[in-house]
This record gives sequence, C-alpha cells and structure tokens, in this order.
Amino acid sequence: MKAFVALLTRDIRLAFRAGGGASLAAAFFALVSSLVPFGVGADLVLLGRIAGGILWVSAALAALLSLDRLFQADFEDGSLDVLALSPLNLEAASAAKILAHWITTGLPLVLLSPVLGLLLNLPTRAYGALIASLAIGTPALSGVGAIGAALTLSVRRGGLILALIVLPLITPALIFGASAVLDAMEDTGRGAFLFLAAFSVAAVALSPFASAAGVRLNVGG
Amino acid sequence: MMITALANPKRFLDLSRTVSPWTCALAVILLGIGFYWSLFATPPDYQQGQSVKIMFVHVPAAWMGIFIYSMMAGASLVGLVFRHPLADVAAKSAAPLGAAFTALALLTGSLWGRPMWGTYWQWGDARLVSELILLFIYLGYIALWNAIDDPVRAAKAAAVLALVGAADVPVIHFSVDWWNTLHQPASILRLGGPTIDKAFLVPLLIMIVGYTFLFLWLLLLRMQTEILERRARSLMMARGA
Amino acid sequence: MAILSLVEVENLTCERAGRRVFRNLNFAVASGQVMTLEGANGAGKSSALRIIAGLLPQASGDVRLKMAAGYAVSDGDERARLTGWMGHTDGVKAQLTVEENALFFAALYGARINVAGVLDHVGLKRIAGIPSQYLSAGQRRRLGLARLILSNRPLWLLDEPLSSLDAAGRRLAAELIGEHCDDGGIAIVATHETLGLDAARFFLGPQ
Repeated sequence: MKAFVALLTRDIRLAFRAGGGASLAAAFFALVSSLVPFGVGADLVLLGRIAGGILWVSAALAALLSLDRLFQADFEDGSLDVLALSPLNLEAASAAKILAHWITTGLPLVLLSPVLGLLLNLPTRAYGALIASLAIGTPALSGVGAIGAALTLSVRRGGLILALIVLPLITPALIFGASAVLDAMEDTGRGAFLFLAAFSVAAVALSPFASAAGVRLNVGG
Repeated sequence: MMITALANPKRFLDLSRTVSPWTCALAVILLGIGFYWSLFATPPDYQQGQSVKIMFVHVPAAWMGIFIYSMMAGASLVGLVFRHPLADVAAKSAAPLGAAFTALALLTGSLWGRPMWGTYWQWGDARLVSELILLFIYLGYIALWNAIDDPVRAAKAAAVLALVGAADVPVIHFSVDWWNTLHQPASILRLGGPTIDKAFLVPLLIMIVGYTFLFLWLLLLRMQTEILERRARSLMMARGA
Repeated sequence: MAILSLVEVENLTCERAGRRVFRNLNFAVASGQVMTLEGANGAGKSSALRIIAGLLPQASGDVRLKMAAGYAVSDGDERARLTGWMGHTDGVKAQLTVEENALFFAALYGARINVAGVLDHVGLKRIAGIPSQYLSAGQRRRLGLARLILSNRPLWLLDEPLSSLDAAGRRLAAELIGEHCDDGGIAIVATHETLGLDAARFFLGPQ
C-alpha cells in the first residue's frame, strides 16, 4: 500500500512539474471546444444542443494527449525495470498510474467543463449531467488509454498509433456520455448515464490487468 | 493430436500447400454459382428493386468481418496462453483480410444506400456504423503489428489488443444500436434486414460459404508467405551474426 | 545471516526477436561471492542479467535461487522480489530532486534505512536538493547505487556499474559490492573492466 501511494504521488508530482501533461491537457480541452463554434457557426441554439457532444469528444482527445508518455517515459529512463522488480506487482503499479493519470488529466477536465459549457450555451438543467457524466466517464478514458499506452510504450512516435487503437474502443463512453447530457436536456431518462457507469466500471476494473500484460511483454523484450 | 502436429511450421507448410488449391477451387465454384444465382436467378425485391442484389455481396462481407475478428481473437488467445507461433501467424495474416471484407461491406452498404436512402451514408443504420468502427479497430491492430519491430513482442502486444477488442466489440455494437433507437426518428430500411425472402436465402448461404473458402484460401497463402518471410529473416540474421 | 545461499543457472538459453543470443549457460554463485560476466558486445550479458532478474523470460533452462532457509525459488516474479538492479539506464526521474528520487525508491521498496545517510554514503548529500536533470552521468550512477542499498535485496545484478564513474566513484562502487558480499549477499556484474575485487569470472562466448 505504501508503495502504491509512493508511485501515485510520484506520478502526480511529475505531471505538475515542467514537461508534465496536467495543465497541457486542460488547456487543450478548452482550446478544442472553443474552436468548434468557428467550425459550425455561432448559432447559440445549435451550440447548446451539441455542447455535450463537443465537450465529450474534446475530453477524449485531451485525455489521449498525455497518455503516450504514461509508460513510455518510465520505459526510456529505466524506471519501468525498477517498478517491475519492486514489491508492487505490475497490476497494482498500472492501477496507480491510471489513477494518477485520472487525477492529473480527467479531474481537471471535469472541473473545467462547466466553464466551457457556458461558452457553448449549454442549457442550465444539463450542467449536473455534464459534470457527473465526465466524472464517471473519464476514468474509462484513462483506463482504456492506459492499455493502449502500455502496448505502444516501446514504439517511437507511438502517440498516433495509440490514438488509432484507443479511440474506437472508447466509442461507447462517448455515445453514453454525450447522450447522458442530451437526456438531461430533454428529460428522457437516465439510461445513458447508467450504461456509461457500467462501461466505466468494467473498463477501470479490467484495464490494470491488460496494461500490466502490455508492460510485462515490453519489459521482457 | 492435430494441433501439436500443426505446431511444426514445416508440416503446416506441407499440409497447407496440399489444402490451399482445394479451398481455392471450392471458393471459385461456390462464388460462381452464388453470383449467377443471386444476380440472375432471383427476382427483384418489390420495395428495393434490383438494388437488393447488393445484399448478396454485402451481407457475406459484413459477416466475414465479424467472423474473422472472432477467429483472430481466438488465435490470439491460443498464441498468448500456449505460446503457439502458428496462432500468431494466423492472427497476423487474417487481420488485413478482415479489414478488406469489412471495407467491402461498408462500400457496398453505402452504394446500396444511395438509391435507398438518397445518401451514401446513414448514421441511422447501426450495422453500418458498427462496421465502420470495426474497420478502425482492424486498422489499429494492423498498425500495432507494423509498429513493433521485434516479431515476438509485436505478436504478444497485438494479441492483448485483439482480446481487449473482442471484449469491447459487442459493447460497441450495443452502444451504437442503443444510440440509434434512441436518437433516430423512424426505423429506416436496412440492407438484409431480419426478414429475408426464402428465394434469397439459399443463394445467400452459398455466397457466405463461398466467401469463407475464399478467406481460407487467402489466409493459407498469407500464412505461407509469412512463415517463409520469417525463415528468410532468421537465415539473414544468422548469417549476419 | 545470509538469506540467499546460491544462485544456480542451468542450461540457460536466450532468444530475442526470434534470434538465439546464447545457449546452455551454466554457472553457480554462492553467498558472499562476486562474479563478473564478461564477453564481447552482443554476447548477451545484459540479456542474461535480465533473465536472472526475472524481467525477461528464458527460451529454456532454469535459474534457481537457493535460499538459506532451505527452499529454492525458480519463478521469475519471485526472483524479481529478491533482486537489486542496476541496469544501463538509472531509473532516475529528471524532474525530481535527488532526495525525492531516493525517497521514492525507499518508499517503493519499503526500505527501513535512513535515506539521508545513504545519500551521504554515495556522496550525493551535498546536492540532495537539486533536480536530477542537472546531475552528471556519474552522479546519476551514484543515485543508482543508493537505490541498490535502499532496495535491500540479497542478489545484486549490475550492468556496467562502473561506466561514467570517476576514480572515487569506482572505488565506491567496488566497496559497496564488497560490503554487500561480506554481508552474505551475492553480486553478478556485467563489465568490461576490473572491479578491483576478488571475483569469479565467467565468459560469455560467441555461439
């Protein structure tokens, strides 16, 4: 447990130091969602309707941004060997890194989302759903993303392949997440939110094992 | 046991060289009969007219996309658990074929959509949308294989990805389906929907079996090539060392 | 006193990327002994160390750690828990200070040793507060030595530990390895240079 906390705090600390991805992902999230009105026009009714979708797609892209270094940095400087030989097993180490990624990337996105909702004219009654859906759904992005990061950790310029691998796999989160926001706007039940929660729980539960398998095969290579 | 006998790549090469001409012949015969029957010997649909005949190309291709992915996932599991090198070769060789069949399904689906829906693409057709995402999953899998130089490591990484994908594909299909029923107005006309006329069923089945043999033939060819390539590479490395 | 009484390598064969690196390696190192692993570039010194550590699966053969308590460990994951490691990369995070790195190693490995004392021992006390990106290669190596001490493992596996170290650093490394073995530990060192220790030598020849 002490080792788990040590790795978690180290990764969080690294994310906020120079070259860390924490503030970068939040800025990217804000930038992408602010660019959309330039693409689709300033029609506030239209923007309000698609705000949930815009923010969810932007969140998925922003989460990907810092993922490619999740294991790769540790692989390159030898830290991954140090981890593999530590009393912490690789599944727990992966879980710590996924949690750290969520705290430094997912959580800032959740906190920033209401501000961007204002910019995109999101109806008042949908803010709760937006925050709740991102809060429950972004861990799935970190989890599935970590699997992709572990599998591509030895690949130079692995970021592009990471995106190609991860984005199709997280379509359910996008669909349910954006639908949960729409549901709140149109008062059409909370099925989407429950499915999102189920997907997220399954993804978070399985991802440390798949990530550890990816790390193991690369450390052994 | 057959699997252990096939574990030997040499024996596999011998066997597949004997079998592959037969799979080729069966594919040609079945596809020949199937094409003739489906294109010329079936009546036009009362609603879709002659366009319905795209179904005979589209439905088997879509089915192959799913079938090949399941086969790849099975081979990946065997490769990971039993460290069976032929299983890795099979999974690697199948992927581009699966991607090609899926792309064919998308292409024919949207060609059919043009006269039927008045548009080449319809987000309301859950099956087509799922196939699009399946194609992306195939592309990611192929890209991962190509990105990792060490074939042993690449095989393991790709196998893990194939298994994660296998767990996710049904969920993706469900989510797309659910999204459609919720956010699209009326149910739209779908290619090869649940009710297929009996007159279409037999030629369709023949086409599916023909596609399967075509796939088997191409798979055997690709596996032979892959094994020979690996052998050539290891000979080259042995000389270099 | 010793936890580990013998490291035994039997018919060890290594393949990487489908290519055979070495085959049928056999040696044994007993408690209190240092063994140097020598051989040309590409002979597989690093691979051999990675296999013994349990990081890399072997193609065939066995690695057994015979414990003083009487049982033997041959599973790779269990070997990993007995190994102190110094690879050719240092596992040092550039953005963290020297002390933060050392404290992380200590917490990760559950060390019950005074971290400041260890940093003093390896000659890094004076610069404990500076970010590790400003360390020289030799100073990073010393931080790697600190990790070895903090990991408190009976088997040390070291890959070119003397590289980039100055004369004092080399003496320090040799001294630490010597102390470790005097305490009943075992060290296997892949190196091209002489350690200045009484060590058994093993040559990894071309196959």
